[in-house]
Amino acid sequence: MTGIFFTMLFYIATLVFVVGLIFRISVYARTPAPLKIPTTPAPVNTGGVVLRMAREVVFFESLFKSNLWIWAFGWLFHASLALVLLRHLRYFTDPVWPWVVFIQPFGKYAGITMLIGVSGLWIRRLFVERIRYISTPSDHLMLVLLIIIALSGLTMTFLAHTDVVALKGFVLGLMSLDQQALPSSLALYAHLLMVSVLLLIFPVSKLLHVPGVFFSPSRNQADNPREKRHIAAWAKQLESEPGK
Amino acid sequence: MSEIKAPSYRVIPIIPELKPGAMEGKGPFVASDKINEALGFPGQLVDDWKERAIARMGELLTKYRSLKVFMDACVHCGACSDKCHYFIGTQDPKNMPVARQDLMRSIYRRYFTLPGKLFPKLVGARDLTREVLDEWYNYYHQCSECRRCSVFCPYGIDTAEVTMAAREILASVGYGQKYSNEIIGKVHKIGNNLGLPEPALADTLEGLEEDVKEATGVDVRFPMNVKGAEVLLITPSADFFAEPHIDSLIGYAKVFHATGTSWTLSSMSSEAANFGMFIGNYEQLRKIALRIREAALELGVKRIVVGECGHAWRVAYSFWNTLTGVGEGADENDRFAQMLQKQLDHRYKQPSHICEFTWDMIGRGALSFDKDANDKHIVTFHDSCNVARGSSMGGYPGGQFEIPRNIIRAVANNFVEMSSETTRERTFCCGGGGGVLTDDLIDVRVKGALPRMEVLQQVVDQHGVNFMAMICAICKAQFTKVMPIYGFDRRMVGGVHQLVSNAIILGDK
Repeated sequence: MTGIFFTMLFYIATLVFVVGLIFRISVYARTPAPLKIPTTPAPVNTGGVVLRMAREVVFFESLFKSNLWIWAFGWLFHASLALVLLRHLRYFTDPVWPWVVFIQPFGKYAGITMLIGVSGLWIRRLFVERIRYISTPSDHLMLVLLIIIALSGLTMTFLAHTDVVALKGFVLGLMSLDQQALPSSLALYAHLLMVSVLLLIFPVSKLLHVPGVFFSPSRNQADNPREKRHIAAWAKQLESEPGK
Repeated sequence: MSEIKAPSYRVIPIIPELKPGAMEGKGPFVASDKINEALGFPGQLVDDWKERAIARMGELLTKYRSLKVFMDACVHCGACSDKCHYFIGTQDPKNMPVARQDLMRSIYRRYFTLPGKLFPKLVGARDLTREVLDEWYNYYHQCSECRRCSVFCPYGIDTAEVTMAAREILASVGYGQKYSNEIIGKVHKIGNNLGLPEPALADTLEGLEEDVKEATGVDVRFPMNVKGAEVLLITPSADFFAEPHIDSLIGYAKVFHATGTSWTLSSMSSEAANFGMFIGNYEQLRKIALRIREAALELGVKRIVVGECGHAWRVAYSFWNTLTGVGEGADENDRFAQMLQKQLDHRYKQPSHICEFTWDMIGRGALSFDKDANDKHIVTFHDSCNVARGSSMGGYPGGQFEIPRNIIRAVANNFVEMSSETTRERTFCCGGGGGVLTDDLIDVRVKGALPRMEVLQQVVDQHGVNFMAMICAICKAQFTKVMPIYGFDRRMVGGVHQLVSNAIILGDK
């Protein structure tokens, strides 16, 4: 039963995640930016913009300028999460790619640093007056969700080992529409359930900061308004109206 | 006005405690029927304001990617929460940039997102009630659209964009602000924000010629409506009569004189400021900018130069090419833009800032200075927010910081910087920008000036600074008003071209 439940859940969550995200991204891409509004000083050409965006996405440059505590916890969390996700590729590939094998030990401990990062963020949200003031219940719950995901994962890695061979069979089965048995483990159920919830809420929540940052006009525009006329389609229309 | 007091300096720049409700209130004066209707807005709050506000918001979300992305992307991390000068000065938590955005985000979530429709409490969504609308009016007029928060946001979320959208929505339901809307009316009717008609302007310019002649013995001209002049100067109208603005206007005129540049003002377009940006209305922004296009075509000028004004320079530098086709890089079949682009001289950036013009002339050796003339001043430089974070100069990133400083160093011997936490892109707004420069918001203005006053005090104590130079008409007006409340002499405030004016050697041309 649980196998069927998680199979269905996984398909639905993945569908919502992928379709929802594609829809969101297409809305961002289609919505015009009528004016040049890069936060200056800004790069004057596309190459510079790519570098600026890379620094922003990889190192969280603006956050670093802003607040070292939020930066430290936030960056630790995101970098660890990236490693952990890459480590999980071993469940989806057969044979496992060599570089995924290589990062296994790092990914294992990244689970711990990920937990430290996300806990630090929650502690700040709970105890720093300004941040508590701006927090909604969903802000707290999302951190709880991530903490459960990290804790259940760490439990399986370090305390109550799951049958990873069977799990891999299950995951590969999912990918080839060939349902396999899911090892019975409470930690695994919790882990899969919470990850599915995360995928489900991704396209309708603040998790949209992930695609959003790439579409932020204050970061992704080149500062060249005098050199190149920039005009949105709806603004262009004003020019053809009589009397204007 | 006597009860307006300055808040005390923070002992060390610590993050202030929250004082919820500290700045609750009715906000600035509401525009009258006549003022609103002149701009095509409803005269007063319409009956179906709620439906219309939500519809307008929906429209803006499809027209402005900034608004759409900024509504979605915020994670409430708190990076911006201590960055706003109004928050620092008032301690009202709704003046934290994220909280100011959330005034609108809560409505966005309620009417435009699934979780907000299903579980409003969970995601901080709320119904658009009259209380919320009033709260918008109050707190979206405690933002000067200075973009300091956007420097520090990991997603570049710019509260200015949200404030502009909110004011646009408010105006569209008949809840516009008197100060900004009245001024926009004057621009359209008379040609400038101050409502100076052409004869008065001509008189003023004539008087200036006499004053400069008396002071220097040289015939420095202040021409107006001269067809075929090389340069059209577009400057904030405060430069024509307000102190210390006028001293910078004299500075520009002396630079043009000393370099033998023919130039002119335009009576029809005697205003650089563009309050259309403050109220977030694209049509107004464009309509005001088009006066400059019209003047340039009519007078047949080769260059357009903009005087010392912060948001005006942002509009000119970042938006004019979009709005009016000045500048370069228009499509070949873009008739609207091509006309102007063919007329202007593209050896120069169009438009140019007066600081770019002056610095270029200094670089060519066309100007000489007696730097000792500024020895009575120990100068510091206040970066104006819109110049610092919404524009550039010189065609390279950071030129907007270097060029004014280069000019100051070229004309004065004593220059010191304020704390680097508060200069360049980290500069604090003067507290009066973005449509806040009105006496009905004096409390907000005084408190918003706090962080700048603190660091000014530091350089006054350490280096004896007695002159804060700047390139913004609003900064000048705001500081001359609020600095006495902090115990500073208002004559400490002045323009960069005021220093140029003091030191420039005119010769006998």
